[in-house]
Amino acid sequence: MTNTLFDAIAKPITRRNWLAATAGLVLGLTAFSDAKAADDTIKIGILHSLSGTMAISETTLKDVMLMLIDEQNKKGGVLGKKLEAVVVDPASNWPLFAEKARELITKDKVSVVFGCWTSVSRKSVLPVFKELDSILFYPVQYEGEESERNVFYTGAAPNQQAIPAVDYLMKEEKVKRWVLAGTDYVYPRTTNKILEAYLKSKGVKQEDIMINYTPFGHSDWQTIVADIKKFGSTGKKTAVVSTINGDANVPFYKELGNQGIKATDIPVVAFSVGEEELAGLDTKPLVGHLAAWNYFESIKTPANTAFIKEWHAFTKKPNRTTNDPMEAHYIGFNMWVKAVEKAKSFDPDKVIDALPGIKQANLTGGISEMLPNHHITKPVFIGEVQADGQFNVVSPDDPKKAKLVPGDAWSDYLPGSKDLEADWVTLKCGNYNKVTKKCGGQNS
Amino acid sequence: MLLAVALLAAVAMPAFAGPFEDAVAQFSEATFADSEAAVARLAVTGSPMAATIINALQDGRLYADSDAKKVYLKGADGKVTDAVTGAAVSDIPDNASKLRLNNKLRRAIEAALGSLTLLSPDPAKRVQAAQTVFKSRDVAALPAIDSALKTETNPAAKTAFAEARAAILLFSPNATESDKLDAVATIRARGDQEALALLSDLPPDQSAAVKAAAASAVKSIQHSLALWSALQNAWYGLSLGSVLLLAAIGLAITFGVMGVINMAHGEMVMIGAYVTFVVQDIIRTSYPGLFDYSLLIAVPLAFAVAGAIGVLIERTIIRFLYGRPLETLLATWGLSLVLQQAVRTIFGPNNREVGNPSWMSGAFEVGQIAITNNRLWILCFTLAVFAILLAMLRYTSLGLQMRAVTQNRRMAASMGIATSRVDALTFGLGSGIAGIAGVALSQIDNVSPNLGQSYIIDSFMVVVFGGVGNLWGTLVGAFTLGIANKFLEPVAGAVLGKIAILVLIILFIQKRPRGLFALKGRAVEA
Repeated sequence: MTNTLFDAIAKPITRRNWLAATAGLVLGLTAFSDAKAADDTIKIGILHSLSGTMAISETTLKDVMLMLIDEQNKKGGVLGKKLEAVVVDPASNWPLFAEKARELITKDKVSVVFGCWTSVSRKSVLPVFKELDSILFYPVQYEGEESERNVFYTGAAPNQQAIPAVDYLMKEEKVKRWVLAGTDYVYPRTTNKILEAYLKSKGVKQEDIMINYTPFGHSDWQTIVADIKKFGSTGKKTAVVSTINGDANVPFYKELGNQGIKATDIPVVAFSVGEEELAGLDTKPLVGHLAAWNYFESIKTPANTAFIKEWHAFTKKPNRTTNDPMEAHYIGFNMWVKAVEKAKSFDPDKVIDALPGIKQANLTGGISEMLPNHHITKPVFIGEVQADGQFNVVSPDDPKKAKLVPGDAWSDYLPGSKDLEADWVTLKCGNYNKVTKKCGGQNS
Repeated sequence: MLLAVALLAAVAMPAFAGPFEDAVAQFSEATFADSEAAVARLAVTGSPMAATIINALQDGRLYADSDAKKVYLKGADGKVTDAVTGAAVSDIPDNASKLRLNNKLRRAIEAALGSLTLLSPDPAKRVQAAQTVFKSRDVAALPAIDSALKTETNPAAKTAFAEARAAILLFSPNATESDKLDAVATIRARGDQEALALLSDLPPDQSAAVKAAAASAVKSIQHSLALWSALQNAWYGLSLGSVLLLAAIGLAITFGVMGVINMAHGEMVMIGAYVTFVVQDIIRTSYPGLFDYSLLIAVPLAFAVAGAIGVLIERTIIRFLYGRPLETLLATWGLSLVLQQAVRTIFGPNNREVGNPSWMSGAFEVGQIAITNNRLWILCFTLAVFAILLAMLRYTSLGLQMRAVTQNRRMAASMGIATSRVDALTFGLGSGIAGIAGVALSQIDNVSPNLGQSYIIDSFMVVVFGGVGNLWGTLVGAFTLGIANKFLEPVAGAVLGKIAILVLIILFIQKRPRGLFALKGRAVEA
């Protein structure tokens, strides 16, 4: 039965036919865009899922890239050339990310790619960017433990989001007991490993840490929320550090509200819940729960107000929210433009060399800088959920005077990575071992 | 006489005179630390305005201008006054901003309001105030509690006051041993998680008798809580089972009764959820008063919309594929992708907010189990849908025809039943019920284009496990899986629990390929 089923599915479309069909389609598309593109345009690849499970988060990033490119063209483009966006849809399918990345670089000859959301999609395209020597700007907060020559990480590393959030809870809320709750995949697992090591280094005992993983899209949170309630009722102040992924958050917060867990009793600090996720939620029972990001829509600076205004005008939706990864693309895109102007060339090798040291004002009043480890400096904000679905910054006291934290590629709290250093300017290495003084990671 | 008036005015006028004015003025610094200090100072002034100001701070109606050192109070009716002097102000100036709150400040507010509202005329508020004192164990509140306890007549409030008093005494170094023993007994009688927390967190300087009493109380509370937690798991299992049943019940018709492998079933659920969103959206903008009835309006509409789409799908696609399960599977799977992307294009890829009507929010407690209202309603709703469906199949002529057609199509046709019409209606019924499920699931899950995907596997699991073609099997299957899952989850964790359930089902199907309740008779062989 299984064999016949498999044969029947596989036969009508063999792999070769499928490839031929795809190639035909692609050729047709490229031919079409080639006809349009003259020599004075430079192509920029946008590799974000527009369908499938990740479309919920990534569609916004495609839109913001289109807006940024449009805006740059109105200013006259870069080095006298107009920019042209090439949008592909990897459809939340990880192997397809690699295929589409190859297509963008080889067929469309893009100069730079902005894309990916999940870590697994980034890992899937890495070999392609290395092999074809192109540039990827990755805009999402991630678990760290990576630094590649061809990738620029404009989202937060764990020391720019997770660790400051835990510090805030320790200092301001006097939290003594910790629930580390996450979705079961690489980002939460690595982040929680770092946090567990960090908490223990601060004297938190094993019995005061509860680690809990749930499958993607988990929707029945009754047992887990009851467990958290129980864990939190020993008299010691308890907080939840949540690396729960997008879709599972809504039922999680609904259950918290329904079981009457208030932020004043057990606060939840989330690393993947932003303005967009709150848009699908009645936030009144959640007031006071926290999120740690490097940008909030509610931070009032002239640059941010202008950005939001332009975003509303571009999308023609006056209530569409902005969020942290959008700001990361804003910073990344402008850094790329400055690097191209500095190198006076679109050649990826020259741009990669020009990027470290480039400074770009972020939207919250600071100046971010691209570091030799291909991460950037970012301010860290802790925000509280408000009844209107926005965040109110509670730390630092004045958001405009926030200190910038340099992104650390290799965590200092994991035994496997504390000796490693990434430096693409002097060391020319993404995983230099400071003990053995060799490039090549922990075992070199 | 003139002198007296002047004197009175002199007492009343100066803005920064009494402790109340000083305390309020401190809000104008507009930092979290200053606000917190101001709340604490306000609470002990005894001024009748203190509660009003703290309430306003809690509700975000207190504004401060840190440059001009002014604090403004916006009344619940929208009237603006200078909070220090009480003088009326026409409007809040532009450079004054709303005072911000953080959790630390919220706790300070709750504690302050707790001691201020101990004598509130509303018994529910008094209970709440006593609970706050129970948590804060603030010795300063003891005299207020004692006097409140003397005049209290409401039994719930009386218990709450007694418990709050016991908590304070246990943590006060000055209380006598007999007082403390009484306090342990009071808290032991309370018997919940918080009582357990309090007793296991006692300061170490207790006499041996108190320590022994507390230890025995901890043991007895732990024992009773373990029993309650088993009951709670059973309730969670029932609730999860009802969600599984609701999602699967439509599939039990299209797949179970008709034999169509309908991969687009989840998308019918999703369409039902989006119908709820549209209904709520219209109600929000046009008839806000009807919001509590939005779900009642959405149920028939979701049935109609999903049912109509079901009939359309059956007429245009599925009827050409009867008896070709593989092609049906591929066609309906493709259809599910088409429907998802269509919804994504129309409504956008983001989650849509579907609100809970007031009667579906919150929870109540039975003993030590918290029962959330939305889960309880969904359980009742699921059972009602199941009963109606069963009655329809058994007692209506359409139900009779459906059963006849699915059991023996040719004989039914020769009896004069329009089989193709019945096919369309049966598929429409299954889809419509999936749509109704969507209304209920919109209350506990994301309303996004991916909603259906997360239920399709579970639904097939329930129908296959329960026995294809048998509605009772689906019912028993759903509740069995729900309860098994919830008893495994605390032991194995959510991820392993789910895997364990799948392994158990595979083993079970090996043993009984036709599921829990296998259909018997000639129809099965056909």
